[in-house]
Amino acid sequence: MQFQFDSFASFIAMNGHGPYVWVSYVVALLVLVALVVQPLLRQRQLRRDFGRQMRQEEARRRTAEERQPQPEPTTAS
Amino acid sequence: MSWQWFHRLGSPRWFYQKTSAWLPWLGAASVLLLSVGIVWGLGFAPQDAKQGNSYRIIYIHVPAAFLALAGYYIMAFCGAIGLIWKMKLSFVVMRAAAPIGAALTFISLFTGAIWGKPTWGTYWVWDARITSMLILFFLYLGVMALSGAFSREQSGDKASALLALVGTVNIPIIYKSVDWWFTLHQPATLKLTEASTIDPSMFYPLITMIAGFYLFYAWVLTLHTRSLILQREWRTQWVRELFAPAARA
Repeated sequence: MQFQFDSFASFIAMNGHGPYVWVSYVVALLVLVALVVQPLLRQRQLRRDFGRQMRQEEARRRTAEERQPQPEPTTAS
Repeated sequence: MSWQWFHRLGSPRWFYQKTSAWLPWLGAASVLLLSVGIVWGLGFAPQDAKQGNSYRIIYIHVPAAFLALAGYYIMAFCGAIGLIWKMKLSFVVMRAAAPIGAALTFISLFTGAIWGKPTWGTYWVWDARITSMLILFFLYLGVMALSGAFSREQSGDKASALLALVGTVNIPIIYKSVDWWFTLHQPATLKLTEASTIDPSMFYPLITMIAGFYLFYAWVLTLHTRSLILQREWRTQWVRELFAPAARA
């Protein structure tokens, strides 16, 4: 098994087929990377939203404990 | 015989905890195989006698198409399990499989179009194989849209599972399209029952890429399933405990 091209330039050019081959590989890899990154970002966002909501509930509980009856605000989820 | 394993299998919590340990291995193995396959296919596999270097697109195109089809079976199968046994996790996996399948179908359509230009002289033709793959793409999008179209999550589960099941009709048509309506797309090079019509020097990098795509699929499906599980089980005790550090931060 050996490298099929004489030089780096001919590897890029691929006898004129370079643009077709490289565009295919780059686009495919971008899509694959997006498939990995998307759920990780989503999890991070969920974690952040959860943290914010917990802190809000905590703050609300504290105001309630201070016995200052206030109209309960509608919870936005 | 105890059916405990079956019930556990259906538990999102069990799945989430179990797969935590698998993820790094799946990720590392698929990245490794894909890297080896890409370098091999781009630089070391010989040129094709007829198509020259443009054929190197095969190392992306065929594995992506393989997984686009296999992924549809997985999605429809999970939909069926969910409908029959009302298994929560099964519907979650089905939902997770839809965008992944759509992405892989897109890759195989896109690389196929690019490959078509130097080989057939056109980016697009309404050939049976290509048209049925386009229908597959729309089926994936349909399952995604339908699963999110209901305010009650269970209704979305059932409706999209039904659509996924009906859509399986398309899969054997895709497989057979190159034989039934032989127009432009070449027939299968890899065969299960007889010798493949591809030289070993091109076959080994291709099979490496296919194995890499399978592992990648397993990895990404697990990732998407896990993030959907957290989204759905948001209110349960175990997710609260899992997220507790984020709440204190």
